[in-house]
Amino acid sequence: MTAYFGDVAALARKDLRLEVRARDTLPAMALFVVATLVVFHFALPATASGDAAYGLLWVAIVFTALLGLGRAWAPDGEAGALDGLVLATADRSAIWLGKALATLAFLAVAEVVALPAFALFFAPLDGPAVAGVVLASVGICAVGSLVSAMAAAARGREVMLPLLFLPLAIPLVVGGVGSSVSSDPGTFLAFLGLYDAVFAILSWAAFEYVVTE
Amino acid sequence: MPAVAEAAVLAAGLEKRYGPRAVLRDISFRLDAGGVLLVTGPNGAGKTTLLRMVAGLAVPTRGSLHVAVDRRDVGYVAHEPLVYLELTAVENLDLFGRLYRVDERRERIGMLLERFGLWDVRHERVSAYSRGMTQRLALCRALLHDPALVVLDEPHSALDDEGAALLDDELAARVAGAGGTLVLATHDPGGVTALATSRLELERA
Amino acid sequence: MSTSKPSLKALASLAVALAGAAVAMIFFIAPEDADQGLSQKIFYVHVPIALTAYACFGLGAWKALRLLQTRGERYDFESYTGIHQGTIFGALTLLTGSIWAKASWGVWWTWSSNQLVLFLVLFLFYCAYFMLRFSIAPGPQRERISAVYALFGVALIPVSFFAIRLASDFIHPTVFTRDGPQMTGEMFAAFCTAWAAITLLAYVMYRTELAGKRTDLNLRELREMLAQ
Repeated sequence: MTAYFGDVAALARKDLRLEVRARDTLPAMALFVVATLVVFHFALPATASGDAAYGLLWVAIVFTALLGLGRAWAPDGEAGALDGLVLATADRSAIWLGKALATLAFLAVAEVVALPAFALFFAPLDGPAVAGVVLASVGICAVGSLVSAMAAAARGREVMLPLLFLPLAIPLVVGGVGSSVSSDPGTFLAFLGLYDAVFAILSWAAFEYVVTE
Repeated sequence: MPAVAEAAVLAAGLEKRYGPRAVLRDISFRLDAGGVLLVTGPNGAGKTTLLRMVAGLAVPTRGSLHVAVDRRDVGYVAHEPLVYLELTAVENLDLFGRLYRVDERRERIGMLLERFGLWDVRHERVSAYSRGMTQRLALCRALLHDPALVVLDEPHSALDDEGAALLDDELAARVAGAGGTLVLATHDPGGVTALATSRLELERA
Repeated sequence: MSTSKPSLKALASLAVALAGAAVAMIFFIAPEDADQGLSQKIFYVHVPIALTAYACFGLGAWKALRLLQTRGERYDFESYTGIHQGTIFGALTLLTGSIWAKASWGVWWTWSSNQLVLFLVLFLFYCAYFMLRFSIAPGPQRERISAVYALFGVALIPVSFFAIRLASDFIHPTVFTRDGPQMTGEMFAAFCTAWAAITLLAYVMYRTELAGKRTDLNLRELREMLAQ
């Protein structure tokens, strides 16, 4: 068991190290999310309700995540390293878990930039709203890492990823927006927890089948 | 009296198709433990597909393929190096060494890098390497966990002369030491082919 | 062709007969709705179509699971065909639902019908299934990835349903309400007949498409062999 988590840690560390060296995905995500928020200011008519901004926050988060997810498996595909991992790992799900954790770290950094920017430009964010962001991010990275691996096997993968990801992201957006605007955020946070549990387990179990014949 | 050699790899009626397209048709062979199988054939005959199946990365559509060693006791050298270009040689081998649970990882990595002439560049990123150096790193990766079965897909094609000589020495040493079984696909008519104990000629399916 | 299964022709004839009976019952036996009048009749078609779509997605997912467990080649075709039928019936659900909305409330679309919104999300999801499938070269990888995606689909159905319920309860309070149908005996009989007819129709379509796919594959394999 500790060997499994040792593998996961080594794999996640590999992704973090690669990003620190390349320094391309993370700055792009941070810049993208702020730029998107600025666009939203111009997109929202003055008569729009205050709450509409919370909806747009979630659109920004989902599309920023897509940006990161699109490149998640690129280093593993460059020189066939993923095949090397598939050969070497005792349990292939560790590859997925390591990738999901690393992607979560990147998304968290982008959110650390996005949330204060949002609060500055639009409206304040309370505890439940931030909790919603945290929980939804887990779901985004869990499902997104799996779906991104599927898209990587397909022709036209840049287009394929959003098509595969967006329907699966709809419940997360509902949960996230609900925890920001509704009078009963607890229900939405519980729902996000449910989504995370269901889809993380599903992704964890299914990854093996996506990367092996 | 020596025991009858166990089959390390046994294939019967192997067929591989992708949708309607057949890449391999009715392939059968037996490779005993400690033996060397030389796979030859023109491009497109399915050598790479066959080797991928032996390494465990693909499964036959029909027929049977039995590989007697544990799937993590196989070393595989492919057309691609199967490494991370933006990590150093040491970082790459350290990762794979961890995953393969290699004992005394540091020492083994050092020994392999030295043997294949990569010691001086071990802390440089693979993206800075020449093609020959990258292929040598691929060899280190494949041999890192001292596998019982080594599968090599045209390993000489990306190697420089020095690297090719190092590889031939390594393979000869393996065979002489009765340490492991080899499956080798190659165009190179050089030294290694003399080691072959059995041959398999593939035709376009 | 296995002889233990009822022949496709017999089933198709039965489906036509049932459909005829259902139409008769819907128009002549079931009483007309006090509020909605004739347009309410579409309910007899809309709900069975929706239920059949769910059943097809479920079948597709079950076959997908069998594929991952056993690697049997037939499961890939069966899973794909199930999903395909489900998507067709899903599109019909959206269509009939839209007609019903227009007849009931005067709008072609409403976000307050949870069922309709769920089908929209699922329709998007399963359309992506086909795009995914046709961007991967045929082979075991395509089969497995399609199967995993089909399984994610059935997990998405209840999760989306809850999400949409939550959204409409808290974020978009409903404008239109619709009581669940309280059916009289005759209405229930008409409903069941329609449901049976549509389910059988779906099954016949499934078997037909499956047979077509198998023939197509055999033909392509023959062509490949002849080309050698």
